[in-house]
Amino acid sequence: MPFLLRRLAGLVATLTGISLVVFAVMNVLPGDPALTILGLDSTEDARAALSAQLGLDQPVWARYLDWLGGILQSDFGTSYAYRVPVTELILERLPLTLTLGLLASILTIALATALGVFAAARHGKAGDWVTMILSQLGIAIPAFWLSILLVLLFAVTLRVLPSGGFPGWAEPLEALKSLVLPVTALVLVQASVLARVTRASVLEVAKLDYARTARALGLSPRRVMWGHVLPNALVPMVTVAGMQLAGLITGTIVIENVFFLPGLGRLMFQAINNRDLYTVQALVLLFASIVVIVNFLVDMIYLLIDPRLREGRS
Amino acid sequence: MRRTALALTTALVALPLMALPGWARTEITLSTQQEPTVLDPTADATASIDSMLTQNVYESLTSVNEAGEVIPALATDWTVSEDGLTYTFTLASGVTFHDGTSFDAEDVLFSFNRAMAEDSTNPSKRIFEPITEITAPDAQTVVITIDHTDAFFLFNLAQGDASIVAPESVDGNATSPVGTGPFRFDSWTRGDRLTLVRNDDYRDLQDGMMERITFRFIADPTAVTNALMAGEIDGTAGFPSPELLPMFESDPRFTVAVGTTQGEVILALNNGRAPFDDIDARRAVNHGLNRQEIIDGAMYGYATPIGSFFPPSDANYVDLTGLYPFDPEVARSLLADAGIAEGTSIRLRIPPFAYATRSAVIIQAEMAAIGLDVEVEQLEWAAWMDQVYNGRDYEMTIIAHTSPNDLSNFTRGPNYFYGYDNPAFNTLWDQIVATADPVARGALLQDAQRFVADEAVHGFLFQLPSLGVYRTELSGYWVSSPVIFSPLADLRWTE
Repeated sequence: MPFLLRRLAGLVATLTGISLVVFAVMNVLPGDPALTILGLDSTEDARAALSAQLGLDQPVWARYLDWLGGILQSDFGTSYAYRVPVTELILERLPLTLTLGLLASILTIALATALGVFAAARHGKAGDWVTMILSQLGIAIPAFWLSILLVLLFAVTLRVLPSGGFPGWAEPLEALKSLVLPVTALVLVQASVLARVTRASVLEVAKLDYARTARALGLSPRRVMWGHVLPNALVPMVTVAGMQLAGLITGTIVIENVFFLPGLGRLMFQAINNRDLYTVQALVLLFASIVVIVNFLVDMIYLLIDPRLREGRS
Repeated sequence: MRRTALALTTALVALPLMALPGWARTEITLSTQQEPTVLDPTADATASIDSMLTQNVYESLTSVNEAGEVIPALATDWTVSEDGLTYTFTLASGVTFHDGTSFDAEDVLFSFNRAMAEDSTNPSKRIFEPITEITAPDAQTVVITIDHTDAFFLFNLAQGDASIVAPESVDGNATSPVGTGPFRFDSWTRGDRLTLVRNDDYRDLQDGMMERITFRFIADPTAVTNALMAGEIDGTAGFPSPELLPMFESDPRFTVAVGTTQGEVILALNNGRAPFDDIDARRAVNHGLNRQEIIDGAMYGYATPIGSFFPPSDANYVDLTGLYPFDPEVARSLLADAGIAEGTSIRLRIPPFAYATRSAVIIQAEMAAIGLDVEVEQLEWAAWMDQVYNGRDYEMTIIAHTSPNDLSNFTRGPNYFYGYDNPAFNTLWDQIVATADPVARGALLQDAQRFVADEAVHGFLFQLPSLGVYRTELSGYWVSSPVIFSPLADLRWTE
């Protein structure tokens, strides 16, 4: 399929560009990995020896080409700070961040759709007002602060959920329990945004002629909403949800810090602080790929929900 | 009233948990703020590697007790030659590494030669610099010859950088440390936790030693507090938020352990460039500093003011905080003498540590009061090390020097970030290092404190406190930190 090939070529070009930028930025940023690792008491010759060991004595372009050559053999390099292959670091943390992001996305979409439709159906009435005030609150409250409140209530006072940390997948129930609060914190904030978009979009469509016609034909309000209004209100919802999904997976960094979860966001934070070039490089590429893939999926969903796009009409 | 009610409810909820038979009292969970990226103290300077592993998993020839005195470790005994240049160590016998290989003098030679090698990447290679020869006359004896008497040599050998490692396991130490200590490494989930278990083959096994010690990596101060309150961790050394300590002090479940460290927090002045190449300008800054205000504001009162570069917990400490009394008027006239105009702009470039960021705003206001326009610039740690420490591109910075015996910093010359170079001080320090007699050395150390204070090399602010929060039933932890490691063999749950 030429369309797919075009997208794939676009992805490769984007990633190559990004890798160049990251490499350049990490080299321009003040900070010497050898000094960061060996600390203030280290001698200059020890730092020089470590730099040579890490290959930092090579010119930047040579290191970049070396790294690029490694990528072609699916070798993403060895972390300066952790001294293990970058792939190993990422693979041990990917499941947690993916689970967190996907769980949060699914719940966000479900909750936001339900709330948005509910508010739109009660447009101007108490239910609408309450939902909108709550969602405004959800947008206004920063996720980290909400997280702290959740921890105080559920972990410190009630002691029904852990305050943070991740016990590992060997204990699936404990693992899920430790994700309840982080997912809740993510969902409440994200769903607030999406619920408002859903409500606005549904109200917009409900005003259109075919919706009025459907009502005039005597269809029940429920059938009008779920059969005619909502499907036509999906495009803006999918756009926002797509942006949120990309943001969720790449943006769990704050939540991972508050709940001290060993995920990719925290790894990224540490890797930048440690000037751990190859780890940063691989993570940025991974995040960029996720964003590109999500955008691609969103485009596919557009085709699915809007027949006009399929037929090439605008 | 409400706090009591809350404490009561939490106590009631916690009660049945404590009674569970599974909660055997030979396990403990501690937290540490800083997360290591490797587990080898001879390859990485990260302090948490030492605080978790040095003298717990790894051992050195010597160790240091909480009072800061050198005590035997893998070397059970030693003698020093009359000229102070030859150390003969007798090694503990029957010791095995955690992987089952045996420990003897060859391992000591291996460890030292590795640390001293030309391509060595040991973070404290300086420790080994005096060594000219190291030999093993037999399997239980090591003889080390140094080229000048060094009063700190035995103390330095206790540090994690001088850990004794085995050639069979050294390459794996970054991820799976092998030592000879009372605890063996069990597991490590990067970014989450590290677990040690008791080494039942330990030569000096004591009753009641913890069977399992888990460290959880929790960086966020609020998260540490919540984890303590929720009972998920039993204690933490280096509690990050002094303002939260009163809450723990009033809670009967916890003991707040306030002790001393070797960390002098200074307002470092760049002596190598204007305006602080002028002693009047430096003295002006010192007169402009209100230490108590800084300690109250930045440390919630939990710190001891210092007037020089020496820990108040040391017997040889001289209180020099009165040398430049807080007096903005004197400061202003000194600045005028130095020809520094009112409103001169000064950069205060600080690392991302709470003590620094909090002190900075107060110092900014205090400097404004004497007519200096201080701009605070926050840097990442890597950027601070590169630009301020390595590049000396700064006028003022705030930093804690946590190494013991670090008055030697003032001998590091114009290329060190102090930019301070004074042959008279170098001579004095050489004398200190060469003086074996503790009384004579103590007197010289006092001279050295007076020297740097008189020179107003920096604004000396306060001694970083050691702030720990532990469950009340726990004992055997170090309250004060004379070194960056902290032995855990004495940790006990009391009934």
